[in-house]
Amino acid sequence: MRIARETWIVFVRAMRLSLRNPVWIFIGLTQPILYLGLFGPLLEPMSQIPGIPPGESWQWFVPGILIQLGIFGAAFVGFGLVAEYRAGVVERMRVTPASRIALLGGRVLRDVVVLLVQSAILIVVAMLFFDLDAPLSGLVIGLGLVGLLGVSLAALSYAVALTLKSEDALAPLLNGLALPVLLLSGILLPMSVAPSWLQTVSDFNPFRYVVDGARAVFRGDLDSSTALWGLVVTLALVLVGITVGTRTFRRESA
Amino acid sequence: MPAMIETSGLRRTFRTRGGEVEAVRGVDMQVAAGEIVGFLGPNGAGKTTTLRMLTTLLRPTAGTATVAGSDVAADPAGVRRKVGYVAQGGVTYPEARAGEELVDHARLYGISRSEARRRARTLFEQLDLPGLFDRPCKSLSGGQRRRLDIAMGLVHGPGLIFLDEPTSGLDPQSRANLWQHIRGLRDDLGTTVFLTTHYLEEADALCDRIMIIDHGEIVARGTPDELKRGVSGDVITLALADASDSGAAAATAARVAGTEPTVDGVTVHLQVADGAATLPSLLRHLGVEGIRATSVEVRRPSLDDVFLDLTGRSLRDEPAAQTGAEYAHSA
Repeated sequence: MRIARETWIVFVRAMRLSLRNPVWIFIGLTQPILYLGLFGPLLEPMSQIPGIPPGESWQWFVPGILIQLGIFGAAFVGFGLVAEYRAGVVERMRVTPASRIALLGGRVLRDVVVLLVQSAILIVVAMLFFDLDAPLSGLVIGLGLVGLLGVSLAALSYAVALTLKSEDALAPLLNGLALPVLLLSGILLPMSVAPSWLQTVSDFNPFRYVVDGARAVFRGDLDSSTALWGLVVTLALVLVGITVGTRTFRRESA
Repeated sequence: MPAMIETSGLRRTFRTRGGEVEAVRGVDMQVAAGEIVGFLGPNGAGKTTTLRMLTTLLRPTAGTATVAGSDVAADPAGVRRKVGYVAQGGVTYPEARAGEELVDHARLYGISRSEARRRARTLFEQLDLPGLFDRPCKSLSGGQRRRLDIAMGLVHGPGLIFLDEPTSGLDPQSRANLWQHIRGLRDDLGTTVFLTTHYLEEADALCDRIMIIDHGEIVARGTPDELKRGVSGDVITLALADASDSGAAAATAARVAGTEPTVDGVTVHLQVADGAATLPSLLRHLGVEGIRATSVEVRRPSLDDVFLDLTGRSLRDEPAAQTGAEYAHSA
């Protein structure tokens, strides 16, 4: 398997660079942990409000924050590629006979591994210091969803980065997309409390289904249609990400 | 000798907001195995675009190119296996360790880990990078970093290496040192070298043959001596005290020497059959006109003069930073 070998070489190189500066892995965790510590407590007394899921707020808030970590963690990886492009690394690899898919895949794999490590830490923190209580099967499937989401968004982020080749163009684009996606996913408050027009708008946001799915599996509703839809939409996002990513990496002068 | 590079009617057009730009318009070239060939041209002339087509980073709009025995369009992977490419801005990541970058790069060519390590160690010795294997690339000096770039281009043992502006931004000492290494590539390893440069003295010192590209076309080719012989006679360079005199000075010079001079600010360049014989008369006429010259020089033509003669521009005056524009074209 030539592609697998090349993907591994690119992955190990990228992973080594990440591990050499592990501070970033923890910096990526500060935002979600701040949300848990400084925003999560506001939700505790809200369980009486119509639309808010019954029971402890942590059960639905933590999976949402986990998906948020997945979205933000993966969507911004393109910045690293712009830096590599500027250093001439991307072109240098493109004049080797290595598969273009491996050049993308190795990097995406690194991002997913980093994301899963961060997610696992986040879950442990949520269980130890906040009142998260979820079945192991739900946690594993939830992590799987985050990983798949990471594949999709990291590949898309790299595709956009390779097309724009500039931090200055990338930053406003990603920020401009990330905030509405975040707000329309019901991560901070479930969309079930939203007025109907807002719910309708959020129906068009694929990430909402991923968030709902993650919440369902954390509740233990593994065979619910919500969980299934979450998985289906996530897989669709993976398909889109890989397609766009590989097409961009294969394109000439990309 | 077999041809290492052979192109015919190579052409590349870019679509931009302002319409179509013909960056390279019909380049024919042949480079034999074992040659060191210099590719010269002003910024935006099509140097980097041509290089990117020859290294499979860009597809030609028209024409064909066979590089190291493979067609760039039909078999890009074949070309990639057999050539090395060192881009002008460098090829290593600042945070990565020098040795690891080289070993990983070798492995992308299908070389085993142990063999990659062995080759990397050897190249570190050959290119004068002792003790730098485990150092981050960013801690290397400019010259060391450039030699590491060249090691990256050589690690799979290519028969042909492309060096884009190999010495730009280096101090004179590092440049002279790098020249020795580039000569060594051919003399010791038998590698064919195709380099672009902004420095005419570099092309003069290093290259067996030179091609000059301007506006996407090759306007001259030959050995440095052949090209210099093409510029007739001697070159008189006149520096004026006052730039406003340049028009009058050019007119006087044209009358005296019978050839059209080129004017570049306060400098007037004049090509004449016999410089020493022309000079007294030229100075006398300038004196009569009341034009003051601060210095005057008579010399055999250099490649600078060849370049000025062919393109109407001086290569030396262009800041290297501008090449970014040419680069951005292809993006």
